[in-house]
Amino acid sequence: MIPVIVVSIYLAIIAVIGSVAFRRSKANTEDFFLANRAVGSMVFFLSIFATNMTAFAILGSSGQAYRQGIGIYGLMASSSCLVIPLTIFFIGTRLWAIGKRHGHQTQVGFFRDRWECSTIGTLIFALSVAMLVPYMIISIMGGGRVLNDISGGRVAYWLGCAIVAAVVTVNVFFGGMRGTVWVNIFQTILFLVFGTVAVAVISHALPAGFGDYIQKIASNPKTSYLVTRQRMPERYFWSYTFIPLSSIMFPHMAIMCFAARKVTAFKRTVVLYPLAIMAIWLPCIFLGVLGTQLEPGLKNPDGILLHLLTDHAPVWLAGILGAGIISAVMGSDTHQVLAISTMFTKDVFAHYGGKDKYGERGSVVFARGFIVAVTSVAYMVALVTPESIFELAVRFAFSGFAAMSPVMIAALFWKRSTKYGALASTLWVALWLFLTWYLQKISDGIAPKPGQPPTLIFSALGHLFERSPAAVTVFGFLPVVPMVLGSAVLMIVLSLLTPAPSKATIAKYFSTTSPEPITPAAIKPALAQGSYPSTA
Amino acid sequence: MKLKAFLLTLLIVVVYLLHQDFWNWQKTEPLVFGFLPVGLAYHAGYSILASILMAVLVKVAWPKHLENVESKDAEANADQTSRHE
Repeated sequence: MIPVIVVSIYLAIIAVIGSVAFRRSKANTEDFFLANRAVGSMVFFLSIFATNMTAFAILGSSGQAYRQGIGIYGLMASSSCLVIPLTIFFIGTRLWAIGKRHGHQTQVGFFRDRWECSTIGTLIFALSVAMLVPYMIISIMGGGRVLNDISGGRVAYWLGCAIVAAVVTVNVFFGGMRGTVWVNIFQTILFLVFGTVAVAVISHALPAGFGDYIQKIASNPKTSYLVTRQRMPERYFWSYTFIPLSSIMFPHMAIMCFAARKVTAFKRTVVLYPLAIMAIWLPCIFLGVLGTQLEPGLKNPDGILLHLLTDHAPVWLAGILGAGIISAVMGSDTHQVLAISTMFTKDVFAHYGGKDKYGERGSVVFARGFIVAVTSVAYMVALVTPESIFELAVRFAFSGFAAMSPVMIAALFWKRSTKYGALASTLWVALWLFLTWYLQKISDGIAPKPGQPPTLIFSALGHLFERSPAAVTVFGFLPVVPMVLGSAVLMIVLSLLTPAPSKATIAKYFSTTSPEPITPAAIKPALAQGSYPSTA
Repeated sequence: MKLKAFLLTLLIVVVYLLHQDFWNWQKTEPLVFGFLPVGLAYHAGYSILASILMAVLVKVAWPKHLENVESKDAEANADQTSRHE
């Protein structure tokens, strides 16, 4: 019962922070969605990190390590340590500048204006929402499952999901971005210390040293693969370095970039980000591998950390660590809900005339109503739909967003890029999402067991499409590789074959990155030649 | 300037390539600090290397011109003020 009380106190604190943020809020969308673009340096780091870390960083990582061993760290964590900060450094800073200068609050608003086309924005909006919604639903499911596990079944799964959905709704509804980032400070600190404390407590309770357990795993031929990467194909491992490109393309991450007060806030973030990933993932991966010896034969390895804490940590500490896990769940979930609400309000409601009709105050009312509606629907879907469907959808979403990164890079850095290039890339991504979904479905029955070689999906096509235990591969590479490369090639070729955007648009977006920023007075004559009106 | 850009690009590519540590693939030993398998310790070290790389980029390749970016509204106001003066 003590863990439930600790977690309840934690959830109450979150709700209170949201309500305090409400009292500081103003009735305009810039304040509600972006905290008035005034998030300071340290808060920015803590918040953008919480945005990107889900329950998977703690529960999923240790569960995967239990199944596949130490290779999971290199596969998922250390590649992110390099690629995510690089994308924040090169893309995030430019997004911030464009948002600051032109008032954009979403990526779609920027794309519409950059390529002088409403339709391309609508298409990217639809694809982004389709990929983000499953992520949001699975966060609610994860929260419900964690509360159920921590309480030893006393809090039913449906109730756990309801509590998480309600706390997230209250926090975002009242606090908007300000409430969300304030909560993130608390949440990130909590789950950053989670891993270290868990390792210290568990090691203290064990009869033998960590080294003895690792030696035992390594000397047993049945378990030695857990401390090497002998079951992890090199092509698969390399392919995974493309996945973190998705990070900056997730709408909640991009929107977070718009919220910084100064571009210098990104400096601390990019340097600390890899260390923060390590602080969470390294202990969780290590404990996951260790768990194969301490808690062998688990049917659901994602619960390994909870098992270890229950068996080796004092009850009150297990409660605090449980709150750390819930933090990871809710930190990203609040941003996802806020991002979806921001996108619907700015990219649909405001874009199609709602803002002109109802004003800024009306837009905020719409956003708040939407938050209640979307979390209610997500909660109901979470109760009636199997988790495996959304797990698959989320996995595809990472590939999909990664494959959209060439669109963003072209928009920011290549003057000659056109809406036709962006359209071709977007359709390519959508096509591959359907293709991989179909291939995954038809190959479920022939999927090999862990440790066995991949099977051919169509023997006539040779090794083109193969099925590994968990995923479809293309010549041994994950589908994200052809998705990203194809998207980049299409962006380049179609852009070169079609007319460039107007000079006014190019001046608008590329003069700002020159050492001598162009003034509005200088842009006016260019605008007079005829340019697409800003949708921001 | 071009040399600096080239060297920084090269540095990023080298760090990226170091991620694919095929030489550690089948190895457990040595156990770093007596308990971390070498493959895991290598990638923990890689995380620190990534942080150092980012610190280098912040130091020598920071997009300084973005620090002067002002919002359109602020510029428009400034523009108006200067016209009144």
